[in-house]
Amino acid sequence: MSLDAPAKPIPQAREITTKPRVSDQIFRSIVTAFSFSALIILALIALFLFIQGFSTLKEQGLGFITNFEWSVTTDEAGKEIADFGLQAMLIGTMVTSFIALFIAVPLAVLTALFLTFYAPERVKKVLVTVVDLMAAFPSILYGLWGLFILMPMAVYWAELLHKWLGWIPLFDVPQPIFTRSPFIAGLVLAVMIIPIITSVSREVFAQTPLDRVQAAYALGATKWGVIKAVVLPFGANGVVGGSMLGLGRAFGETVAVYFVLNIVFRTNFEILFTQGGNVASMIVLKFGEAGETEIGALMASGLVLFLLTLIVNFIANAVVNRTVKSGR
Amino acid sequence: MSTTQVTPTRPWAASPKDRALTASSVLLSAAITVGIVLGTPMKGKLAYFFVFLITWLIVDSLYVVRKFGAKGVRDALAAKITLYGAVVVSMAVFSILWATVSEGVAGLNLAFVTENMRNASFFDPIGKGGVLHAIIGTLELILIAIIIAVPMGILTALYLTEIKGKAAGLIQFLVQAMSGVPSVVAGLFIYAAIILNTPLRASAFLGGLALSILMIPTVTRTSQEVLNLVPRDLREAGLAMGATQWKTVALVVIPAARSGLITATILGVARIAGETAPLLFTVGVFDGYNFNPFVGGTGTLPTVIWAGLGAGTPEAAQRAWSAILILLIIVLIMFVLARTVGSRQFKKK
Repeated sequence: MSLDAPAKPIPQAREITTKPRVSDQIFRSIVTAFSFSALIILALIALFLFIQGFSTLKEQGLGFITNFEWSVTTDEAGKEIADFGLQAMLIGTMVTSFIALFIAVPLAVLTALFLTFYAPERVKKVLVTVVDLMAAFPSILYGLWGLFILMPMAVYWAELLHKWLGWIPLFDVPQPIFTRSPFIAGLVLAVMIIPIITSVSREVFAQTPLDRVQAAYALGATKWGVIKAVVLPFGANGVVGGSMLGLGRAFGETVAVYFVLNIVFRTNFEILFTQGGNVASMIVLKFGEAGETEIGALMASGLVLFLLTLIVNFIANAVVNRTVKSGR
Repeated sequence: MSTTQVTPTRPWAASPKDRALTASSVLLSAAITVGIVLGTPMKGKLAYFFVFLITWLIVDSLYVVRKFGAKGVRDALAAKITLYGAVVVSMAVFSILWATVSEGVAGLNLAFVTENMRNASFFDPIGKGGVLHAIIGTLELILIAIIIAVPMGILTALYLTEIKGKAAGLIQFLVQAMSGVPSVVAGLFIYAAIILNTPLRASAFLGGLALSILMIPTVTRTSQEVLNLVPRDLREAGLAMGATQWKTVALVVIPAARSGLITATILGVARIAGETAPLLFTVGVFDGYNFNPFVGGTGTLPTVIWAGLGAGTPEAAQRAWSAILILLIIVLIMFVLARTVGSRQFKKK
């Protein structure tokens, strides 16, 4: 080979860039666009409920939250007089939800502790499945069960409570009618929110740093000693967050409450009496026979419910996220 | 010199004496329980059960205090009370399952799953008419919700795991918030946005839209967990071979997570299959077959159950129980499927 053969052209150095190729740009923009669906849907929900409920909100003003009348009447001139107030329903929602929390939190925390620290492996597997299954039951099934199976028993429990603790105003009743009371609705809701509180608590308890647990054992603590001194202080925030998630669930529950609660527009703190309120169930109850004005009021109620659950969920998630992250 | 044969012992196992003590404590508490229940106005099986739980707690503590002192008692109490919590929770679940099966079976017959309610009403005796139209309607709604929610859910999850853009934290937070949207609000929203504003009226499509709002967060969160489990090496290997990110995701990451993504879909379906409240606003009613998802009402299992309970006769209630048994069977099938498909992926790892 001769030396003076024409030299091959030196290949140009490939241009190095961090700019994504066209296919990637398309991919990224499509995925990014879809990821905003959550934001868009939430915004649209608030927007449309606000538009449809606007006239009611404007007409009733703050009274929409603080009044407890709910009526549409026509006066002699044929003009509609609408009076919408959510106070009884809002307070009723709080009452049933807090009864539910009061019952569900201890049970859920005990179950979570049992699952994390006491249950043998085989029992644990079965029980975790049972709790997950509970979360998958349709809410109408809880309603049916609450109405036909739980109610007869719960009425008897309510009678006992009234008999022995009736001197506390909370357990007093104007008339001895114990069916379809906030107490029973609270019981059904409690069963419904147990799975979510249990699974969040379990997740947090399982993240307790092992070194601290073993240090406690090494100092001679019993199992309960470890739980009290290490696990519960570590997991307290997670339990609070989980309970708030449960609270959000209870606020928005519709169908199950509908069957086991007698919805009356009167603020009632006598939890054993057959009279209570619930925003979500009221919407379903009134929707069937609602005229145009009332539909607007129902939309406004939906907006209030939506914002209420959104706030509770925001706080709950913030609390849970912080705890779970700090554990890692 | 002879070697001594050492037989393994289990010093922690319960000795006959321990067993006798446990048995005697159980018997003693049972006896006390019967005494208490008969001596007070309490009645019923549950009363026996709960009084037994409490007396056993006390009696057993008395046994423990002799051997381990006060600290031992507190430990034993904690172990028992947590067990009780789990027992009470399980009792509620089994009560629900038992009620559904025992009440629902009476109304099941061939006609119930092969006919519709066109020529029958809730007040007819059991055996006339069935809920096949509602089963088909529910499956139709589920299919529509899957078509809308699964792509959206998985793409959102891809954004959170693969692109990890600037808004990832915000999106994560919003998805969590979205999973707390009450189901009744989803129904009201579709009603407010579409039925009041467009010529579209209650139909299976609108029901599916409402359900997909509830399904997206479940799909997103589960898919995200699964995608996070795909090893980084796989992604890096794909990129190192010169593939674009798009090709890596489509040909490496998603196939690796396939069974997990199916689980995410099934869990989403289980979440929405029994939703009732949104359907009351969006699907309307119809007691025959309606295969057009865009026009006219559709019967679904939840709305049929709802109507059956509202009708108030024993036959209607029986139909409601049987329909919920079918609904529960559908949910259970989804549940078992999700577990088996999901566990396959985790075993591979």
